[in-house]
Amino acid sequence: MPLIIKLLAQRIALGLVLLFLVSGLIFAGTMILPGDVAQSILGQSATPEALANLRAELGLNDPPLQRYIQWLGGAITGDLGTALTSGADITASIAKRLSNTLFLAFWAAIIAVPLAIFLGLLAVRFKDRWPDKLISAVTLASISIPEFLIGYVLMYLIAVKLRWFPSVAMINDSMSLGDKLSAIALPVTVLTLVVLAHMMRMTRAAILNVMQSAYIETAELKGLNGFQVIFRHAFPNAIAPIVNVVMLNLAYLVVGVVVIEVVFVYPGMGQYLVDHVSKRDVPVVQACGLIFAAVYIGLNMVADVVAILSNPRLRHPK
Amino acid sequence: MNDHLHYLARHAAAGKLSRRDFMAKAAALGFSAAAAGTLLTTEARAAGPQKGGTIRMGLQGGSTTDSLDPALSTNMVSLMMIRLWGEALVELNDDGGLDGKVAESYEASADAKVWTFKIRKGITFSNGKAVTAEDVVKTMERHSGEDTKSGALGIMRGIKNVSADGDTVVFELETPNADLPYLMADYHLAIQPGGGMDDPAAAIGTGPYIIKDVDMGVRIVAEKNPNHWDDLGNADTIELIVINDNTARVAALQSGQVDMIDRVPPRTAKLVDRAPNIKVHSTSGPGHYVFIMHTNTAPFDNNDVRMALKYGINRQEMVDKVLNGYGSIGNDSPINSSYPMFTAVEQREFDPDKAMHHLKKSGHDGEILLRTSDNSFPGAPDAAALFQQSCASAGIDLNVKREPNDGYWSEVWNKQPFCTSYWGGRPTQDQMFTTAYLSTADWNDTRFNNEQFDQLLLAARAELDTAKRTQMYADMGEIQRDEGGLICPMFNDFVDATSDRLDGWAENSKGQPLMNAYAPMKMWVKA
Repeated sequence: MPLIIKLLAQRIALGLVLLFLVSGLIFAGTMILPGDVAQSILGQSATPEALANLRAELGLNDPPLQRYIQWLGGAITGDLGTALTSGADITASIAKRLSNTLFLAFWAAIIAVPLAIFLGLLAVRFKDRWPDKLISAVTLASISIPEFLIGYVLMYLIAVKLRWFPSVAMINDSMSLGDKLSAIALPVTVLTLVVLAHMMRMTRAAILNVMQSAYIETAELKGLNGFQVIFRHAFPNAIAPIVNVVMLNLAYLVVGVVVIEVVFVYPGMGQYLVDHVSKRDVPVVQACGLIFAAVYIGLNMVADVVAILSNPRLRHPK
Repeated sequence: MNDHLHYLARHAAAGKLSRRDFMAKAAALGFSAAAAGTLLTTEARAAGPQKGGTIRMGLQGGSTTDSLDPALSTNMVSLMMIRLWGEALVELNDDGGLDGKVAESYEASADAKVWTFKIRKGITFSNGKAVTAEDVVKTMERHSGEDTKSGALGIMRGIKNVSADGDTVVFELETPNADLPYLMADYHLAIQPGGGMDDPAAAIGTGPYIIKDVDMGVRIVAEKNPNHWDDLGNADTIELIVINDNTARVAALQSGQVDMIDRVPPRTAKLVDRAPNIKVHSTSGPGHYVFIMHTNTAPFDNNDVRMALKYGINRQEMVDKVLNGYGSIGNDSPINSSYPMFTAVEQREFDPDKAMHHLKKSGHDGEILLRTSDNSFPGAPDAAALFQQSCASAGIDLNVKREPNDGYWSEVWNKQPFCTSYWGGRPTQDQMFTTAYLSTADWNDTRFNNEQFDQLLLAARAELDTAKRTQMYADMGEIQRDEGGLICPMFNDFVDATSDRLDGWAENSKGQPLMNAYAPMKMWVKA
């Protein structure tokens, strides 16, 4: 299969080039931010001497290109430097935050992706009848309400009134898996509601598109029932667009959950990034930017690869 | 009341009788539920602090970027961390006076130029080392000198020399200062072994608790220090959770995940207080929200423009609408009754006619630009809008410009001639004036330059006679009110809340929110 390997290699190389370009953009972007790290660290209580001392100590006076090359070299070897504000090792602190974020995203995805696809299939099976309309109405409503509002409403009902699950989704190493799952129950629910509609609608649309084909009619004439037709014949041919939208939503679960993290006090990457942006802690912002970009590009690459692999014409060239 | 009932209440308070059983027995003795409940509360308090348990608090202001180095502390969460593991030489008490902490006692020379602090005998740091006068000297050194990043640098500047002499520490000052002990209560100045020179963020001190687990900006866990010299601290474990989102913080208290929170939003405080298991506490303090004008920049260099704006603001409306009543009106001076030597002066009222008169007299024509942002104080854009409207009724064309939160403290505050800001206040007049209104102050954010004011400040600092000092501060307050660049419409109360799992809240504490940040130590988990 030389063609398919060539295609995959091209995709991956393209992803890496993209990541490299993004790293340049991130670096340049953080350079032109207004404000000053030293001032932001010391806040309102800054004296001119303290400011000058801190600025010199942080090496804010070196030329930008030199700092970019040093930074990129470090990032490639896994050394993201130290945070300007706390002096902590960025790689170590990000590892912990990233694992928390991935933990939350994982459980949200485990619930949301199968549920969305199942609901999508269900909607196709009962197209234009009440199950289809109900599923569409509910998922569209949940995507239309801002996520923080869903968060507050669930918090009020489930945490404050019913007291089933905690409103503060704080997890730490000393907790058992059960405790952790109970702690993240509310944010996982909100995230599921937020990403559900997108994936479900795409599944429905993609499969309906395939359902117009002649071979579906053949399958029906052959006597297969509705679900079998969808499962055996329509779904495999609709995988590429579905995987695409699933991957976009997975990326969102990793990089776009800042609001949910703040509302539920979840110690993930988003809160970590926001704290450092407001303190102008440029190395941390750059590191987070790079990781988010890598996650985005990586997941999109996976979507492309799956699309290539699911295409029989590419798998079995003549 | 019936002796038997008191006996039962004591038992119930001590946990030997359940609340339900107590209420049933009280009813059997013919007491109403309300009367019995009140009695139980009284007895619970009289029973005194209960030891043990865990107190959890949800605080605002923490960030992943915080440090355990007390020199770099800037927010409520880092202040609370210092309170747990460390102590300064002295601490502000509820009467506005000082209690000894690391220092047992202190005394001044007759001219208030040399101060001697006696170090408490037999106390140790949490690493087991004894506290020496040398540690205190080293701590002071780390917070002073030109290369320090300490937030206490401004305080240390007037100190010429600090030296150890046996078990005493001697402070020699450049100029006399009757308030020096108050400066030593600053939370940045927690005494560290070797002054914290080797490891400033080690969190080793003489405090009532020992930090066990830190996830900065997320959660801090501290356990009781068994070797603390004082009886301070009731709970075995104190857990601090950073909850920056207002709604989430209130919800955490309501759902019982935390026992106390700070900064209840004034807008919803009354609703929160209505919950049966929650009590909202409002404590007046020296913190205030301000509109500051640079007195050296046109048009604010003209005192009539400043007076026009001072008469053009409706203070009561701001307290009612911006603070929702959780505060008191200001009088264009940073000093209120929470200060020890406060003298009340005639309250300046909203007066469009006088505002118009001063505006006409100033000869100023055209708009006046006020800059504001969400983070300059909670509700600042609303306050600016109210100011704009009250000014309009006096014929003043005030234009409000909303600035981004990001970079407000570096680009707008102390740079632009007219903006919104806040001050947390200081324990003494001298500190507040020296920090922000002395003509040479770093944070002279009104560019106030008044020779008479400066002279009075230095004279008052050296004056040990309280009556004379009080008069001097009253004079200074008047100068500031009539000539200064400060428009101070309101003093904000600290609005905190606790759940009924805790007892021991003290009203009228001074200094910082949550009983000067001692609530988790001084309160206790009810038996």
